[in-house]
Amino acid sequence: MRGRTWKISASLICVCLTILSATLKRERPPLQKLSEYGFFTGQPADQQPANGMMAYRLNTALFSDNAEKLRFIRLPSGGTVPYNDSAVLDFPVGTAIVKTFYYSQDMRRPEKGRRLMETRVLLRETSGWKALPYVWNEDQTEALLDVAGVTLEASYIDVDGRKRKHPYYVPNMNQCKGCHNYSEVLRPIGPSARQLSGPLQKGGAGPSQLETWAALGFLTGLPAGEHRPAAIVWNDPSSGTLDQRARLWLDINCAHCHNPEGPASTSGLFLGVKESDPLHLGIRKSPVAAGRASAGLVHDIEPGRPEASILLHRMESTDPGVMMPELGRSQADPTAVALVREWIRSMQPAP
Amino acid sequence: MRIVLLLMLVAHVQQLHAQTDVRKKIQTDLILVEDGDTVNIPEGVYSIDATLSMEGKKRVVIRGAGIDRTILNFAGQTTGAEGLRVSAAEHITIEDLTVRDAKGDAVKTMNVQGITFRRVRTDWSGKPKSSNGAYGLYPVRCSDVLIEDCVARGASDAGIYVGQSRNIIVRGCKAFENVAGIEIENSSHADVYNNEAYNNTGGILVFDLPDLQVKRGGYTRVFDNLVRANNLANFAPKGNIVGKVPQGTGIILLAANHVEIFRNRIHENRTVGTSINSYYITENKIRDKSYDPYPTAISVHDNDFVKKRRKATMRGRMGKLYRFKLKFGRNVPDIIFDGILDEKRKPVNGNYPGEDRICISGNRQAGFANIDAEHDFKNISRDAAPYTCLPTPLVPVMLPGQK
Repeated sequence: MRGRTWKISASLICVCLTILSATLKRERPPLQKLSEYGFFTGQPADQQPANGMMAYRLNTALFSDNAEKLRFIRLPSGGTVPYNDSAVLDFPVGTAIVKTFYYSQDMRRPEKGRRLMETRVLLRETSGWKALPYVWNEDQTEALLDVAGVTLEASYIDVDGRKRKHPYYVPNMNQCKGCHNYSEVLRPIGPSARQLSGPLQKGGAGPSQLETWAALGFLTGLPAGEHRPAAIVWNDPSSGTLDQRARLWLDINCAHCHNPEGPASTSGLFLGVKESDPLHLGIRKSPVAAGRASAGLVHDIEPGRPEASILLHRMESTDPGVMMPELGRSQADPTAVALVREWIRSMQPAP
Repeated sequence: MRIVLLLMLVAHVQQLHAQTDVRKKIQTDLILVEDGDTVNIPEGVYSIDATLSMEGKKRVVIRGAGIDRTILNFAGQTTGAEGLRVSAAEHITIEDLTVRDAKGDAVKTMNVQGITFRRVRTDWSGKPKSSNGAYGLYPVRCSDVLIEDCVARGASDAGIYVGQSRNIIVRGCKAFENVAGIEIENSSHADVYNNEAYNNTGGILVFDLPDLQVKRGGYTRVFDNLVRANNLANFAPKGNIVGKVPQGTGIILLAANHVEIFRNRIHENRTVGTSINSYYITENKIRDKSYDPYPTAISVHDNDFVKKRRKATMRGRMGKLYRFKLKFGRNVPDIIFDGILDEKRKPVNGNYPGEDRICISGNRQAGFANIDAEHDFKNISRDAAPYTCLPTPLVPVMLPGQK
């Protein structure tokens, strides 16, 4: 009996040592539970930001199968970020960006409750950014790290009152970098000056988030209002022209890959808001490696003819081998499709 | 004994479990594997529902139990555009497995310095069809690429496709029932040898295309291959450049430079054994100002051409050309040059002087034609004399650590 206890203790010590050595070998292993970060106070599902956490909102968000998103950022104590008008803000080491994906049971009446799906955490460490996906449990009491990705089910009533049910794919950890990739270096996509130039509340009258951040001392070097990018909202016609709104939508939904430094640079199709070469924008450009995704069409964008444009076809598709973006959705976004269709139709057809 | 039985039972029950668990296990291994280690995938047929991906690793081997023993079946794939994807890595080896029925490309590797594919099979079941994925083995923006003893079948673009890469060896592979068997595109320093490319639309392609960041390839040697009966109807979806490859093509060059094609057996390709083309033949507009659309410094020598005396396939755009313009009848040439010349290079008698020249020599049973595409095929010439020359051979590709 005593021998046996000894054996068990010995093997336990072995296991502990193995874990310990594995821990020491790697730089700080990622936390397994979202709650361990202390991002939130109270019930985790309520997503009440703890001290130092700040909610923010983007003017135009990436479409993720109608999922709604809560965004938070925490700068290290005393940390600041310099303003720039062209790229994502360069947040200091120690910054955490937290994004929770959820579905309201009824998107017309959010107060009826919601289901949290996953929370993605971006951590700025000395060696660079790290992306970690946490999946919420059934009871909504905790979210656990899931490196390999998982398929959940989304079930909700959408803004048009239709009952919806579809798979929801939490990406694997590698796939984070499928989008968060600039010259093979992982970095955030959303929080740029262009995207933060609106108020915190959608359609609200408050100051722009840039001003709030500057007033709090987080943001340095904020220029006067007229020198900042306009707060264009893709689905708000009063905020910009058709061209501006379509280009911004493409920028947010496509250009993280489709830029000269991104994973889709091999395609020669660049959809960043600053791209000015019509060929790189896809206008009468032949596809390079589209395969069956070309659907028998000849050009990415055929001016004046959305129905003959590969780009629109791939936005409308839900076939994983055809659709664009290739990750993060299983549904099409009819509103965005309509916007881009209108944009292509408005172009002067080729002679 | 009882333990063995119990284990078998557990294994059986696990097989019945959702195959999501298998994907999760392999995916977790691919994420957690330490540099220098191996991810083993045991023998079995695994149904995989999402892209498997590896990122940022060094000196990792992904190893199955054998090309026909470990089969990753993506027929039920619901998310991700490729079967297996490796990116931003160094010295990666993928070996002894099959990737079947991927929704998009079968195996894509991007920005990998040192990538080896060995005894890997990529395949789409059923008859070749346009709804199959575009590429089988697909290294892009890679360097030190070794593809050996692999099998590629059913790709609606290219079975083995090396794009925008450099320092490449493709050897001992079999590519069949693809649109393009093996394609080297916008890549430099590639050796393609001892392969069999058969029953594709086109056997081996060397292409330089416009509008890409890696613009100019070159220095490609294609030798000792069997390029046989590539007479499959082109099933590429329209809009893709390979959709223009004529059914019945052995080896085709498009705007490529410094290419040496030698000692191949180029047999029973009904439209053309080897064709040398400028990008203009595609009839696509060129707007990339830094792009060179002309094939230059090409040598086709000591190949063995065998073909029955019969009409070409007469299918597609090229078929129309054969029927109405070229009118070769049963006397189909083995080697065709489109005859579109770059005036800036000051051609003389249909060929360039100096290093840029196109040389055709020492081939067995090779009928030749310059089809004069530049002047609406008016002065078709069967005289190969202006191209009788033999340039300095290209140097072999050396990969680090390879003999």
